[in-house]
Parts: sequence; C-alpha cells; structure tokens
Amino acid sequence: MLEKAKHADPPETRFIAPGHTFGSVTEKISSAVLTKRTPVSWFIGFAVGFALLQALALGVTWILVRGVGLWGLNQPVGWGFAIINFVWWIGIGHAGTLISAILLLLNQKWRMSISRAAEAMTIFAVMCAAMFPLFHTGRPWLAAYWLLPYPNTMSLWPNFRSPLVWDVFAVSTYFTVSLVFWYTGLIPDLASLRDRAKHRLLQIAYGVLSLGWRGSARDWQRYELASLLLAGLSTPLVLSVHTVVSFDFATSLIPGWHATIFPPYFVAGAIYAGFAMVLTLMIPLRRIYGFEDFVTMRHLENMAKVMLATGLIVFYGYQMEAFFAWYSANPYEWFMMKNRWTGPYAYLYWTLIFCNGVAPQALWFKKIRTTPLLLFGICMFVNVGMWIERFIIVPTSLSRDFMPSSWGIYHGTRWDWMVFVGTMGLFLTCFYLFIRVLPMLSIFEVRTLSTSAVAKEESGHA
Amino acid sequence: MPDDAAPHAATTAAALYGVVAEFETVDQLLAAARRVHTEGFRKIDAYTPAPVHGLAEAMGYNDRRLSLLTLLGGLAGCVAGFGLCYWTSVIDYPVNTGGRPLNSWPSFIVPTFETTILFAALSCFLGLILLCGFPQPYHPVFNVAAVRERATSNGLFLAIEAVDPRFDHTATRQLLESAGAKDVYDVEP
Repeated sequence: MLEKAKHADPPETRFIAPGHTFGSVTEKISSAVLTKRTPVSWFIGFAVGFALLQALALGVTWILVRGVGLWGLNQPVGWGFAIINFVWWIGIGHAGTLISAILLLLNQKWRMSISRAAEAMTIFAVMCAAMFPLFHTGRPWLAAYWLLPYPNTMSLWPNFRSPLVWDVFAVSTYFTVSLVFWYTGLIPDLASLRDRAKHRLLQIAYGVLSLGWRGSARDWQRYELASLLLAGLSTPLVLSVHTVVSFDFATSLIPGWHATIFPPYFVAGAIYAGFAMVLTLMIPLRRIYGFEDFVTMRHLENMAKVMLATGLIVFYGYQMEAFFAWYSANPYEWFMMKNRWTGPYAYLYWTLIFCNGVAPQALWFKKIRTTPLLLFGICMFVNVGMWIERFIIVPTSLSRDFMPSSWGIYHGTRWDWMVFVGTMGLFLTCFYLFIRVLPMLSIFEVRTLSTSAVAKEESGHA
Repeated sequence: MPDDAAPHAATTAAALYGVVAEFETVDQLLAAARRVHTEGFRKIDAYTPAPVHGLAEAMGYNDRRLSLLTLLGGLAGCVAGFGLCYWTSVIDYPVNTGGRPLNSWPSFIVPTFETTILFAALSCFLGLILLCGFPQPYHPVFNVAAVRERATSNGLFLAIEAVDPRFDHTATRQLLESAGAKDVYDVEP
C-alpha cells in the first residue's frame, strides 16, 4: 500500500494533515486508547448510552414476561415498530461495509481514516437490528425452529422459499462477515497497542488478541490479499442484504410494497442513512479526540457528497413510487399514494419529503459541506427521515388495504418506543466502549497516508 | 539451532537466531531486501509497521494460496447451501403446495448465495491465520528491544536467519551495514 510515487501528492489531494510520519500517527491514535485520562465527554456519552440501555433491558424483560401484545400491533396492522426499527438499523450498518469494502476495491484512499469506526458502527447497528426479529417472536427460545435449520422433534425445516428465512441467512452472514473483516483489520493495530502498552495486563490482553502479529513482510503480503478478498466478498454481500430485506415487502401483494423498484431504492437508502450516521458519529469524535488531522474536511465533504448522491436516488425513488401508482392505473396503488399524501399519516409523509428530499439539497453548497455543525444538522434530518420512510412504508399501506371495512390505525405504544430508544442505548454503549479500548482509526492504514510512506526512488516490483 | 544447516557460522549460529538490521527509509529497506536476496540469502524476512508493496516479492516470496482456499471455501458453501435447501425441501420433508415443483431452485438461490459468501469469507480468514502461523505468542525477533518498540510503530527491519546456508555472523552484519542499515542487532533464539 505504500505507493512508490514519483512525485509526492500535491497537498489538495492528501487525506491527512501535512507533517505526519509513521511515528506521529501511531502516537496520536494509540494514545487515545492507552491514556489514563479519559475525556470527560466520554463519561457523559457513555452514561447517556448506558442509561438508555436500561430502557432496552426493561422493555425486553417486560415483553418476555407479558408478551408482544404490549406492542401497538393490531388488525390489520400486523407489522410495526419491530420491522421499521430493524430495517432502519440494518440500513445504517451498510455505510460501514461500503466504506471498508467497496471503497477499498475502488482504491479510494480517503476510506482509510474512517473505515474502522464505520465498520464498528456496522457491527453495533446489526446487533441493534437483530434485537427486533429476535424479540418479535415473543418466545425466541421456542421460535428458532422456523428460522434456523436444525433438526428438531417436529422434523420440520424452515421454508427456504420465504423471504423471511432469506433475511435470517442474509443478516447472520452479514454480521459474521463484518465481524471477521473488522477483526482482520484490527490485528496489526492490536499489535501496535501491545507494543506500546505499559501495563502488564494490557500487554497480555492486546498480545493475545493480536495473535502474535509482528509486521512480517510475508504476513503483510497474505494480509493484503486477505483484505482484498474479504472486500470482494463483502461487496456483493452488502448489496444483497438490503435487497433481501426489501424482498420482505416486495414479494407481498400489499399496495405500496409490491414494487420492483424496492431493491435498488432500499440499497441507496441504506447507504444514505449509513453515511448520515457515520457523519453523526465522526463530527463530534474528531473534535473531542483532536483527530482533525486524520478525518479532514475533505473526508467530511466526500461523505456529504455520497449522501447527496444517494439522497437524490432515494428522492427519485419516492417520485417513481408516485408516478407508477398513477401510471399503473391500479386503483389500489393510486389510492395508497393519495392516502400517503392526505391520509392519517400525511403529516409524516410530508416530514419525510422535507427530511430526505428537501433538507439534503443544502449539500449542493460547499459552505454547508465544510461547516461541521451545519452538516451535522443535515445528518440529523436524514437520520430521522430514514426512520419515517420505513414508517410510511409499513403502517400506511397496512392500515388502508383493499377492504375499507378492515381499515385501522396504528401507533407505537410506550413499550415500542422504549425498546427502540433502548437499542440506541445499546448502540451508544457499544460504541463508547469501542472507542475506549480499541483504536477508532486504523493506525496502519493511516500510516500509509503519512509522509514516511512516500518513497522517492522509482523502483519496480521485483 | 541446527548447526549442520549453517556450516559457515558454526561458532556463533548456535547462540543466535540471526541478525536484524534497522533502516531509515522504505527505499533503503526495499533496496537492501533486494540486494540480500540477490546475494543468495533465502531465510530472510522484513518487519514493517505498514504494508510495503513489492517488499515480499523483492525477497522472493509470493504466497497466493489464500485465493485458492477462499475459492474452495466458496464452492463448499455453495454446495452446502443448495444442498441444505434441496435436501430439506425435496427429500427429507417434501410439501406439495398446489403441485408446484419441489425443487424450486430460484428461491434457493438466496440462501445458497449467502452460505457461499459466508464459507468463502471464513475460509479466507482462517486461511490467513493458518498460513501466517497464528496464534504465535513467541517469536525470536521480539527479543530485540528495537523491534519490540518500533516494528509496529515507525521502525523498518530486515532479518536474516542463522540457518541460512550463506549466513556468516561478521560478513552478514557487514553486508547489512553496507546496504545502509542504521543499526544491526543480534537476535537471541
């Protein structure tokens, strides 16, 4: 990865502040972990996350005791917060894989300083997402037989023709592969921490986790090949995951769900939501830990541009949904669309259009892309907007289906909200623990961006 | 240490794993690796804090077995995934749904795809661990304080093992020094 460039890159194409060497990069990033002085803001953030996590513990406990009847589900709305939150969290995870895998294949160097935190975000987001399919079964320990193929006393197997079973395969594969990819990326950095840690226990802990990595050239060669292969495997995987999630809807006959546009529109929405969440996390972190040298304004701007592009795809998706509802000449589809515009959930639909369609247009302006506070504000609109998008898809269609006599209305109960907010606590708790004990930027990859890595001599690959 | 493998250095090799030289720049390290390899040394390795393209190749190493392992893992996953869907839906518990074909293979593509990726990725990861010889809690180069302190931070090292037939304690040290090494350290076994 150390390029033998004939000329050093001009400053405007660099993704690291000038003057950094292997040593200064190592020192700066690892000291955030090895320091004894934890920033006060860490304690505040962790306390907030941990407090919210108690809401999850309480909500899940009570749901296991009393059953999922505590949720706001009814006839005809049999799907609610659980799937909305599941899709929202899974979507957020997608940006991490996009950054670490797809941008690696495209040789985008700016990925290097944000990939670690983004991948961690993926893993924690998928963990939060998994809470909902797990607990919506009511009694998860009894429900596994129709999700997982294991021999059971009823001799029954999962229905492999069902998108819900596909989902189980897609999401569990996604989680496993993301975890393996993340850990592989951590091995050289864990070795750096092992060699810099002062305390014996830390040396042993990081030493065990780093598996004995010593930076051997032969190992690096295999390592780079492994990274490339894992990136190549993760790329179709990440595209498949939200495609399969969209099949949960698209293979049904419900107006507003039964649409071929769903897979690409879901994948674009996932990347859009994910980049918004990466920015939501990175903008405060780079400030608190003084990582402006590594997560530069150019990183923020690039991520904002990806958000703008995917946001436009999503907005185009909304327009096409409306167009096809009319053009199909199907009265149920056209009613569904009018119901979104003027029905009981119209206020949410127009909030959605504002959050996901109008607000991100501000990203056309460089001034906004390069002002972290404003960018953070836009990301908040997107985070909220993407949740509302899934709400619009799920209860709006279910509450007004083919037969007016069976119409109903749906609202989340306090238990719905408690579990949802609780997963945010789970996410924050995991993320704060991660930034305290593991390097939140990839040390060895950022090293390759530093001046030490620029070799002056033009030498061939022997 | 097998003395018979290092006839030129019988007196010192018994007590040494080899020597390790530290270099200032990536260019010097690459040039030195290439020179040492040209001189006929084969039991060599370099230690760097970040991957250096062409360094392993300069020392004559090119291990691509991981690609094959990943492919085999992927193929195994493909067969296992489709086999699972086929066996459960067609052989073990066939359910006739309106006369539709039992082997509805298009529906089985999704689980098959996922298991293909899963098995390939796990083979890739386990292959990496296996080929690198991990977990490896002890390695002689860790005995050198400079390697311990800098190999994973900002040091660039080239090691020659005493078991190399061309190894001669004094001559090899001189060779490394003339190749531009900042320091040369002896490595205890």
